[in-house]
Amino acid sequence: MGIIQKEELEKIQGSMDDKESTWIKVGMATCGIAAGADKIFNFLKTEADKRGLNIDVRTTGCIGNCFAEPLVEVKAGGKQLMYTLVTEELASKILDQHVAQGVAVAGSAYIDSADLNPGQMRIALRHCGIVDPESIDSYIYNDGYKALRKFLTESSPEGVIEELKVAGLRGRGGAGFPTFMKWTFGSRSKADQKYIICNADEGDPGAYMDRSILEGDPHAVIEGMMLGGYAIGASKGFFYVRAEYPLAIRRLQKALDECKAYGILGDNIFGSGFNFDIEIRLGAGAFVCGEETALIASIEGKRGTPSPRPPFPTDSGVFGKPSVINNVETLSNVSAIMLKGGEWYGGIGTEKSKGTKVFAVTGKVKNAGLVEIPMGTSIRTVVYDICGGIANEKKYLAVQTGGPSGGVITEDYLDTPISYESLGELGSIMGSGGMIVMDEDDCIVDIAKFYLGFCVDESCGKCSPCRIGGQRMLGILERITDGQGEMDDIEQLKKISKAMQKSALCGLGQTAPNPVLSTLRYFEREYIDHIEKKSCRAGVCQKLLRYKILLDKCKKCGKCQKNCPVDAISGDRKSEFVIDQDKCIKCGLCVTSCPFDAVIKE
Amino acid sequence: MSEINVKEIAEKWKDVPGSLIMALHELQEEVGYVPRNEAMKLATEMNVSLARIYEVITFYSFFKLEAPGKHKIQVCMGTACYLKGAQSLVDEFKNQLKVDEGCTTADGNFQLEIVRCVGCCSIAPVVVVGEKVYSKVTPDEVSAIISEYE
Repeated sequence: MGIIQKEELEKIQGSMDDKESTWIKVGMATCGIAAGADKIFNFLKTEADKRGLNIDVRTTGCIGNCFAEPLVEVKAGGKQLMYTLVTEELASKILDQHVAQGVAVAGSAYIDSADLNPGQMRIALRHCGIVDPESIDSYIYNDGYKALRKFLTESSPEGVIEELKVAGLRGRGGAGFPTFMKWTFGSRSKADQKYIICNADEGDPGAYMDRSILEGDPHAVIEGMMLGGYAIGASKGFFYVRAEYPLAIRRLQKALDECKAYGILGDNIFGSGFNFDIEIRLGAGAFVCGEETALIASIEGKRGTPSPRPPFPTDSGVFGKPSVINNVETLSNVSAIMLKGGEWYGGIGTEKSKGTKVFAVTGKVKNAGLVEIPMGTSIRTVVYDICGGIANEKKYLAVQTGGPSGGVITEDYLDTPISYESLGELGSIMGSGGMIVMDEDDCIVDIAKFYLGFCVDESCGKCSPCRIGGQRMLGILERITDGQGEMDDIEQLKKISKAMQKSALCGLGQTAPNPVLSTLRYFEREYIDHIEKKSCRAGVCQKLLRYKILLDKCKKCGKCQKNCPVDAISGDRKSEFVIDQDKCIKCGLCVTSCPFDAVIKE
Repeated sequence: MSEINVKEIAEKWKDVPGSLIMALHELQEEVGYVPRNEAMKLATEMNVSLARIYEVITFYSFFKLEAPGKHKIQVCMGTACYLKGAQSLVDEFKNQLKVDEGCTTADGNFQLEIVRCVGCCSIAPVVVVGEKVYSKVTPDEVSAIISEYE
């Protein structure tokens, strides 16, 4: 097939119209499939055939309400409903009642599609859960590649950058650098070859919006990348994707193949004289490769160690050529901006942080999932109104934004409107969009230790502030959570943190101390309790726990003694049972084996 | 694993600049790890030094130098999973399989690995065996997961 023309694009759009009257969509991103969506999909397909029902059963990406998966959306009989937690039994009822008779399945949990995602505004996720990610026609039907065609044939590279400037889009990887400036630098660099790279090395533990966008709407990112390539004068793009995301890689490759078949990738695209090609490169399990200079080294097939800047990638990047690196969510926003206009986008959000941001809200929250909100929305709205608040009636402790490079937001600041600036002022960062909710059962010192441990594991070892500083800080935190801490340790932690922030080579090392500094800022009391009182409020730090037998409740049955794996409980039926704290390994078997709740954890 | 396959991989990537990691991915996909012999063949075929290959495979945690167990059990220790008790799952797997993290059972059937975030945070804690993802796993379910692959 040659280059697809305007008429053909319109024909595809027209032909989809009758298909749009009735359908069933099953949310099939990685987490949906883990919840059993693939089984439900196959079941619906075969059963619909068996029953002779004329309905299209389709795959779609992440719908976002991840807590209620598998999710099935049905449009039939004048009703469009989203069924949650779908089992084969419910699927069968959906076919018999909703599809065949046009009545909603009574007694099942469903939401009217019009009421989905209140309080949200979906731009980067606009097609996730709507288009079939494995069909380019489905994307084209939803105005796909319209913006690309318009700018290639009717505008100029400067026109793209100008539109982006009006929109005010900033990098969604976390740092928030204005995208139009990056593209301007890229376009001004003179070279025979330039590259545009999509950073899909989503390494922040707790963030998965990039995976969801690639799995749910790969063409939106491809279109954004091509617009960027056109703007800066690059003829080649790379997707750098984590190897841990096999489904995203498969769907992206399929999307690229479809683009090539339609002539949307290749030479003389839309007859404009613009040539563009895209290649996928896989990461191999190194968090540091999310840092742009390390990412460049990795694309070149080398160890992913960062290098000092300048030179900046826009002057000298992959293979020494000017390279612009953008995040997945950024590029998905780009294609929406070019379609609807910079002014429209610039009207959303706050003065300095425009548009929307996707957050992966997880942890101790009732309704975990992907949420896209206009900038300026408060954290309280996200956690309580959109995600249903804290699970199991527990008390809010904090949310962590920015993952291992970020910090905590405490209850006092829940009403802070989300923006790059406001989160920075609180000592955290926007980050790539992980939002981990913690409750009263979580120990803040343990969390800080967790994040620091992550950075120590992932430090590439090239510069000593990160390599040695991280190790030293982790050592101190381990001492504190083991009950061996001293008051001087807090000063030490702050000192090493400052040194790392100032002197580490790349963002990983410079931001690794952030979770420690942030938790020290808001929860210093907890650190002091661990050090002075040797106590852990949440009962998480094992070595600070003490198990005790309440003599007034103990019926001397001896079960705890029998179950103790290290014989730490002495006594017999005639005397008292006592736990030897030196022998005890805090396994908790005595608590679970006691029929009278006579063993407690202090 | 025959020599031809290494040759095929090398042919495919030899002329693509900076593609050593992609070639190694394909090699590992076929063999399960990067054996020294195959690494030497790849070095010759792609005209890079063996040191270059080892420099890369020792940097990236994805590449393995030793044969993996038949079934790879990955326990996610991303933040969400960690908060929801992933450590107790690791302990339970260690206990039941009698292996340490990163090690393979004596019979070669299981390999226990800790991974950093598989991106399924909404259904934490998560265990991945092969390509199958188990959601909201509790320590009680560990033995059932193991028995599926015994």
